[in-house]
Amino acid sequence: MADLSMTQGVRQSQASKIALRWLLYSLLVLFALFYLMPLFVMITTSLKSLDEIRTGDLIALPREVTFDAWSTAWSSACTGIQCEGVRPYFWNSVLIAIPAVAISTLLGAMNGYVVAQWRFRGANIIFSLMLFGCFIPFQVVLLPMARTLGIMGIAGTIPGLIFVHVIYGLGFTTLFFRNFYVSIPAELTKAAKVDGAGFFRIFWSIFLPLSLPIIVVTVIWQFTQIWNDFLFGVSFSQAGTQPVTVALNNIVNSTTGVKEYNVDMAAAIIAALPTLFVYVVAGKYFIRGLTAGSVKG
Amino acid sequence: MSPILEINNLYKNYGSTEILKDINVSIEPGDFLVLVGPSGCGKSTLLNCIAGLEPITSGSLKIGGQDMTHVSPKDRDIAMVFQSYALYPTMSVAKNITFGMKVRGVDQATQERKLAQVAQQLQIEPLLNRRPGQLSGGQRQRVAMGRALVRDPKLFLFDEPLSNLDAKLRVEMRTEIKALHHNLGASMVYVTHDQIEAMTLATKIVVMKGGVIQQIGSPSEIYNRPANLFVADFMGSPAMNLIPAKVRKNGAGTHIEITRKDGVPIVLTDTKTENLPEDVILGVRPEDIADPAVRIGGHAQEAECLIDMVEPAGADTFAVMQLGGKHVTARLHAETTARPGQLQKLAFDLGKVSYFAPDTGLRLN
Repeated sequence: MADLSMTQGVRQSQASKIALRWLLYSLLVLFALFYLMPLFVMITTSLKSLDEIRTGDLIALPREVTFDAWSTAWSSACTGIQCEGVRPYFWNSVLIAIPAVAISTLLGAMNGYVVAQWRFRGANIIFSLMLFGCFIPFQVVLLPMARTLGIMGIAGTIPGLIFVHVIYGLGFTTLFFRNFYVSIPAELTKAAKVDGAGFFRIFWSIFLPLSLPIIVVTVIWQFTQIWNDFLFGVSFSQAGTQPVTVALNNIVNSTTGVKEYNVDMAAAIIAALPTLFVYVVAGKYFIRGLTAGSVKG
Repeated sequence: MSPILEINNLYKNYGSTEILKDINVSIEPGDFLVLVGPSGCGKSTLLNCIAGLEPITSGSLKIGGQDMTHVSPKDRDIAMVFQSYALYPTMSVAKNITFGMKVRGVDQATQERKLAQVAQQLQIEPLLNRRPGQLSGGQRQRVAMGRALVRDPKLFLFDEPLSNLDAKLRVEMRTEIKALHHNLGASMVYVTHDQIEAMTLATKIVVMKGGVIQQIGSPSEIYNRPANLFVADFMGSPAMNLIPAKVRKNGAGTHIEITRKDGVPIVLTDTKTENLPEDVILGVRPEDIADPAVRIGGHAQEAECLIDMVEPAGADTFAVMQLGGKHVTARLHAETTARPGQLQKLAFDLGKVSYFAPDTGLRLN
């Protein structure tokens, strides 16, 4: 009797376990679908013709797939007076993002190396001040920065935007590298010093080569920030130097008459593709790099 | 010959905290100097000062007769082996060993010749293309030594190089370092907290505590004539017995009286004492309290003691008892008849006895 009820109990609890598992997965799938909905709508809308959008259902699949909206968005949509699509602005963004990411990452690595491995009097204060830079709302710095750019003679230029992004990226890049390098035993630097290596030699030959995980994290972070930036882009650019985010805004907001939703959606996806691409390529290193603690010597 | 390393009146402060106080050490070429002391005694800081990795607050430091007080580490002609080995993680073993030469612009042929020589000497030839992460602790240790050896410096510095190894490997590497010192005839400064390592390796020991040198001497001086209670207690395993005792002058000899919890005091006679105060602390090594049968020399005096505990340790058996209110350890032979709770006749040999002042802790004889 006792045995029987026991096995029954086990069977029951197993059944309820499976039911619970199903419930869990269904909920997760439901949330995933909900989360993917906007992307789905964007993609389907960008593949529909204007007629179909006007007459059809928002979440229906396109009856007839057409890439017209994409080519319009890329090369002939109007951003105000000009009608060149997002293409020139896309290249502006590339020209801004790549040097800005490279420079801010390299400088952040050097800063982190100094703050973590070449402890000097006041190193902690300087590091705290740099951290403070991470939390300054960017609206606050718009006016002083505009003045600075003017004095430097690079206002409204692509180098000017690179400069701005490097400056405001340094807080985060320094933080990333400092936290990575602080876990590396100080004896490594000491050994290299005894071996005769100097400040830059130790950085190039010993610290940079072991920084790959944190470089990936920093590059993804910085690229996403800079590529998606709108505020600096709109404030510190002029006609020929606007980044893609600003162009996207202009396409969506400056059209008159019929709203071309399919073009807007295509332009938005084009503007988001590079960051998406970076995540897909390097995403797993991102998670690994964020959780990686110490380096085994 | 002029000393290879000479430290005069060295002080090191961090802010207002004094880490090292008035350090004076000098060693001759070929010496193996061991800095030993409990953790936090400043021995590693002193080594870092010698290497030039820590600036010194005042005093002077000479290596090979040249003033190196303000010279950067790379120009001091030293090589250092670290506790964590500090191998460059992204470089192969060969690159690790030749890095120093590469930085200094030594030509490729010389680099390869020296690498081959050191690899052969340390038997690490099969490892040359591996990364440090693929090596065991002992192998990493060898590579770290190789990196130092290849430089052929005036002075080798070792910062607790064996403390990350397991017990067996540690003893093996200890022997190897000793052999290396013997074969190279090189001058070495070695930091450890392990007093056995200090005794076995050193030609000269510096015992430190709280940033102050307690005693400098050969291993046998340190062991047999400790300068104060700290050194007496720190060096030797099991530690020296430090027993409070009363001194009673009695004609030719002096009576040393040790009280016991119950029963009559033990009275020992020492003929070589002069000017001892009434209260002393008697320092006797465990091996100087032995079975009467194995006593040596004319100083041995027998006394019956109540044994509290018996600890067999293979080659020896240690018997623990209460004398003068302290635990006292005697080193008896393995087949001793001593049993816990029983009286045992023991021979006290005062030939190498130490007397310390209870208040200052300083040696009296």
